[in-house]
Amino acid sequence: MTPVEQLELEEKVSRAPVMEPGHSFATISDKISSVVLTRPLSIGWLLGLSVAGAFVMVLTTAICYLFLKGVGIWGINIPIGWGFAIVNFVWWIGIGHAGTLISAILLLLRQSWRNSINRFAEAMTLFAVACAGMFPLLHMGRPWLAYWMFPYPNTMNYWPQFRSPLVWDVFAVSTYATTSLLFWFVGLIPDLGTLRDRAKNIWIKRAYGLLAMGWRGSARHWSRYETAYLLLAGLATPLVLSVHTVVSFDFAVGIVPGWHTTIFPPYFVAGAIYSGFAMVLILAIPIRKIYGLEDFITERHLENSAKVMLATGLIVAYGYVIEMFMGWYSGNRYDSFLLWNRLHGPYSFFYDMLWMCNIFIPQLLWIRKFRRNPVLLFMVSAVVLVGMWLERFIIVVVSLQRDFLNSSWGMYYPTRWDWAVFLGTLGFFTFCMFLFLRLLPSISMFEMSTLLPESKVKE
Amino acid sequence: MAARNPIYGLLAEFETPTEVVEAAKKTHAAGYKKIDAYSPFPIEELSEAIGFHHNNVALVVLCGGIIGCLTGYLMQYWIATISYPVNVGGRPFHSWPSFIIVTFELTILFSVLSAVFGMLALNGLPMPHHPVFNVPRFELASKDKFFLIVFSSDPKYNADDTRAFLEGLRPISISEVPS
Repeated sequence: MTPVEQLELEEKVSRAPVMEPGHSFATISDKISSVVLTRPLSIGWLLGLSVAGAFVMVLTTAICYLFLKGVGIWGINIPIGWGFAIVNFVWWIGIGHAGTLISAILLLLRQSWRNSINRFAEAMTLFAVACAGMFPLLHMGRPWLAYWMFPYPNTMNYWPQFRSPLVWDVFAVSTYATTSLLFWFVGLIPDLGTLRDRAKNIWIKRAYGLLAMGWRGSARHWSRYETAYLLLAGLATPLVLSVHTVVSFDFAVGIVPGWHTTIFPPYFVAGAIYSGFAMVLILAIPIRKIYGLEDFITERHLENSAKVMLATGLIVAYGYVIEMFMGWYSGNRYDSFLLWNRLHGPYSFFYDMLWMCNIFIPQLLWIRKFRRNPVLLFMVSAVVLVGMWLERFIIVVVSLQRDFLNSSWGMYYPTRWDWAVFLGTLGFFTFCMFLFLRLLPSISMFEMSTLLPESKVKE
Repeated sequence: MAARNPIYGLLAEFETPTEVVEAAKKTHAAGYKKIDAYSPFPIEELSEAIGFHHNNVALVVLCGGIIGCLTGYLMQYWIATISYPVNVGGRPFHSWPSFIIVTFELTILFSVLSAVFGMLALNGLPMPHHPVFNVPRFELASKDKFFLIVFSSDPKYNADDTRAFLEGLRPISISEVPS
């Protein structure tokens, strides 16, 4: 079905449209580029940027102190060697997954409603992966030797151990970061050309001109561009599924009860998309309101995102139920103890909250009225983000906390530096989003234009 | 060497995608082969209309992917069996199932890099300056207007005849593009 036929069909079945009527090629590029080119600096934006900037300062302070003192400033210990750093790493990289899902998988499935949210979802992916990438590096203890993880000829006559999931992770995450950046940038090139042509100030014109690399919309260029973009989507699709699979191998290949399970890859990928769509909604709901983009990010987008959350949330719920079932059914005393420890151990409050946040509260989204209510959707999304963070906390901390021998049991308490780094990355993420919104078109103008009926050639 | 033509081509402006595709088809049929068209968004029919049927992007990506796949696997094979063999729990040195993931990731990485840089290279980008940018109305090519150009290097090109032919296609405007 072409996008135009789809629009017509939607009118018949009275779903919310993907774009409000009354737009033309000119109004689309006017409206979207005006956010970047003509809108004056607002107090709200400056204030938001400053608050986020303050948290970036917190992050840099925490990192400096970490480099000075070492990882001992965190709450990690033996047996719990993977504390907040790995919890946050998995959480952030999971959030990134929705961006690639929206831009690549939905493109291949011809879900044209994605055209208005893919750009900022990709930006979100990029910044989330940047936040995620910091944690394993910081957790190393000697981050300045991070390049030792890559295979390169060296005087130590040493090579990485390719049977280790941690080495797989290096390749998966760095490939993912590179691909996300390039996919996002390729998507931006034609719009950067539009901004270059519309900017009045000569320096702004030159800056966008430099980034647009001389894009002029030639039919030959478009043909190669479309092929390359489609292939990138095709390549990013298996990649995004592989990334969280590999992250889950970091756990599943280990023998610790609570980690050593084959259900991890699918359940991690579903959880990643779940939290990612929650973050998309957390960003989209205020952005469409503040920048007046309700014509492009309609109720339809909110509703579809909520449906994706509901579906992936149920897959996650299935994962939890199977974990519990296997704890009982396997008859393995360590697995049964893990289940008991989750339900009644010192962290049982967080396990209960996990069920509340990830499984029970999101069931509200079955009701259509709630799916179309931005305020409620925003709150449910925030709850899901908390829930998904708790899930990683339970997996990392509670599994390590009490393993096979009583003599090696312990407790984990995060320190203020753990919190400083975590809040710092939240600030860094927000800071980057604020800059992105004002410096680059947050909705793809050329892809929105192709949604208009007049963009089609009539026979 | 022939003297350089001071005119790069003749640029005709159209209002809708349908008009520009129609015009491009007629121009191509009239025997002009060195032509191009410009639009603010991709129009599949337009590249067909100017006679551009095959782009080699997919081939470049395939080559990149094969190179990435071989690099990934052979590198791991060489490291794990020849250069740095380590006995891990009695597993064979050539434990191929463990090598699949890095092979896969490098296949994707090399394909992605060749898709992006291959596309840019085939398009001749980056190239910030181009004669068509000298036409003031060309700014609209990234907004809501559609352009068709006949290059002066086309053997059939003749300043007066070509202009008359383009006028017959009923464009909004025709501009000479200085080179």
